[in-house]
Amino acid sequence: MAQENQELDRAVSGEYALGFEIDIEEDKVPPGLNEEVIRFISKKKEEPDWMTELRLKAYHRWLQMEEPHWGHLEYEPIDYQSISYFAAPKKGPESLDEVDPKILEAYEKLGIPLEEQKQLAGVKVAVDAVVDSVSVKTTYQEELLEKGIIFCSISEAIRDYPELVKKYMFSVVPMNDNYFAALNSAVFTDGTFVYIPKGVRCPMELSTYFRINALNTGQFERTLIIADEGSYVSYNEGCSAPMRDENQLHAAVVELIAMKDAEIKYSTIQNWYPGDEEGKGGIYNFVTKRGLCEGENSKISWTQVETGSAITWKYPSCVLKGDNSVGEFYSVAVTTLAQQADTGTKMIHLGKNTSSTIISKGISAMKGQNTYRGLVKIGANAEGARNYSECDSLLIGSECGAHTFPYLESKDAMGQVEHEATTTKISDEQLFYLRQRGINEEDAVSMIVHGFCKEVFSQLPMEYAVEAKALLNLTLEGSVG
Amino acid sequence: MSQTVMNIKNLHAKIGTKEILKGLNLELEEGKVHAIMGPNGAGKSTLSKAITGHYDIEVTDGEIDYKGQNIVDWEPEDRALEGIFLSFQNPVEIPGVNNAYFLRTAVNAKRKYEGKEELNAAEFLREMKKLVEELGMKPEMISRSLNEGFSGGEKKRNEILQMMMLEPDLIILDEIDSGLDIDALRAVSEGINKMKDGKRSFLVITHYSRILDYIEPDYIHVLKDGKIIKTAGPELVAELEEKGYGAIEEA
Ligand SMILES: Nc1ncnc2c1ncn2[C@@H]1O[C@H](COP(=O)(O)OP(=O)(O)O)[C@@H](O)[C@H]1O
Ligand SMILES: [Mg+2]
Repeated sequence: MAQENQELDRAVSGEYALGFEIDIEEDKVPPGLNEEVIRFISKKKEEPDWMTELRLKAYHRWLQMEEPHWGHLEYEPIDYQSISYFAAPKKGPESLDEVDPKILEAYEKLGIPLEEQKQLAGVKVAVDAVVDSVSVKTTYQEELLEKGIIFCSISEAIRDYPELVKKYMFSVVPMNDNYFAALNSAVFTDGTFVYIPKGVRCPMELSTYFRINALNTGQFERTLIIADEGSYVSYNEGCSAPMRDENQLHAAVVELIAMKDAEIKYSTIQNWYPGDEEGKGGIYNFVTKRGLCEGENSKISWTQVETGSAITWKYPSCVLKGDNSVGEFYSVAVTTLAQQADTGTKMIHLGKNTSSTIISKGISAMKGQNTYRGLVKIGANAEGARNYSECDSLLIGSECGAHTFPYLESKDAMGQVEHEATTTKISDEQLFYLRQRGINEEDAVSMIVHGFCKEVFSQLPMEYAVEAKALLNLTLEGSVG
Repeated sequence: MSQTVMNIKNLHAKIGTKEILKGLNLELEEGKVHAIMGPNGAGKSTLSKAITGHYDIEVTDGEIDYKGQNIVDWEPEDRALEGIFLSFQNPVEIPGVNNAYFLRTAVNAKRKYEGKEELNAAEFLREMKKLVEELGMKPEMISRSLNEGFSGGEKKRNEILQMMMLEPDLIILDEIDSGLDIDALRAVSEGINKMKDGKRSFLVITHYSRILDYIEPDYIHVLKDGKIIKTAGPELVAELEEKGYGAIEEA
């Protein structure tokens, strides 16, 4: 049995295939955080004064806050003064021809086509690529603008659409929402801004790839997506980072707002560098993601496939304010090597007949620790609110762990809440069954794991589902000896 | 006498610390149907697992010669690719794994091993649909998750479907008739009988004689307490029916 486990371990420990480093000259501030650094960032971004002031306000709030430690996570204290808060590639490209070929090459290794002509499986994908803190190139921008859709970097939005930004930024995730959100509010460097006007269905998948490249650089993106009445948008975020032996901090904030009858589908494939078998290196990923279903019949759906990072602390949430609004959370979180993930969701039911669905699939292998933490809160006026939660854990091997913490707060006796949780091990019987049919061990493991994740993968846009599956294989498979 | 496809010599096998097979000898002839009968707990399923390389089984002594090679140390998938197929007594459920996708992967793994071109999805589905119909399975079985929520009969038909698609050389059927109603039994045995081609060999494991009315065996072996204690022709079935296993003494 013990030997069998070792074989499983070997079968599941993939090399981190995206661990290459882009070699471009960086323009970055020395490590440390103070007012001066914040003013520097704001100036670099050519921001108006009001933004600089908001950043400083957030910074002072942050100084008074404490790092939270309630997660089921263990890590060395983060030294915020040793982090560099701004890095930008020195060249400021205007068109694709000017983009540093090395960056393009790196994207090619990541499998992202940056050229506008390149269509991914016949579907147009607009890519806003972010290397470190600056948006390198936003594709499809013009075509979208014709429909009134704004898809640009958050820095551009601050300069070009100040009214929208002033109205909605911090409206879903207040600057002092939590320690990491406050830090992000003070130092965020880039991110994506999307506005879909009334009645418009965004004609293509919008997509951003984030990539942490510079050594010792924290990456703090801020994303804001607003879907006006009756509009629809599907947005995909993908991330990867090169291999390092020092841990890097990533603290992003994502705010979504869906008006009456609007729908936002937000998909994430997260593949930050996970660190090595001892947990050395790897990204610390502390992310605040929240969506507000502001109007009636609005819908926000989070789908995430989390395979990377040394530490993941992330709870994409929905505030269901509008009557009949719908929140969904579909998640696959994989922890292998010495990765730790504490992730889940919050569904806050405020409006009448609001409903939410939570499907969480945790996969732990080797020494990975996987925690699901979910809160379903039903407010006093949320008559007829309904929630369905399903949290399944799959263990591969015997040194890993899975933990489930579902919380329910209900002020409405009428609310209907269902929760199911299972923990299973990849069973020898399943593995043997497939191998008896001539399928090799590696393929058999991935077949079982994909089957386990099916409900979540089926929520992803087709091309991303294919990518997610490939990524799972990469994460969980090594060479079977 | 025809060719030997498998020759098991003095096989000793343990599960955990417990010895289950205690010096078992068994010779299987090419193109023939061998039935293994024996009481519950005799070690019949253990034998099928030892032949196919299940992790639970530790072979401590003896040999399993298959097509002239001792396969005791082979990986399970290598034994399968060389043509050994086991229809499981209790097929395991694998949630979320599409039945057709699974079976195509298996069929193509075998085709690749044999140097044949892989079947594309359309070619494969055509073949699978035909057999699903023949076996009286519901068409939805093609796209359901592998064995998940299948009734006992559906699981067994699905095993036979796999057997027919994979075209193995040595087929082990472990209690294929358990949990089958008469219609299912007929469909399943028709499928099995169709596979008889004078080359292919069968090892039919059962503790009831009922299935042997449908799949006519050439030889009957009685397994008791980890050993084959008697080998005879089909006439032995009637004797066993009448007197029970208790009356059979080691020859
Ligand atoms: N996984 C196992 N762990 C321990 N003992 C087992 C296991 N499987 C089978 N056995 C034991 O091995 C013996 C033979 O079982 P089995 O081969 O299933 O018998 P049969 O198929 O003839 O009914 C029985 O005593 C059974 O309890
Ligand atoms: Mg048995």
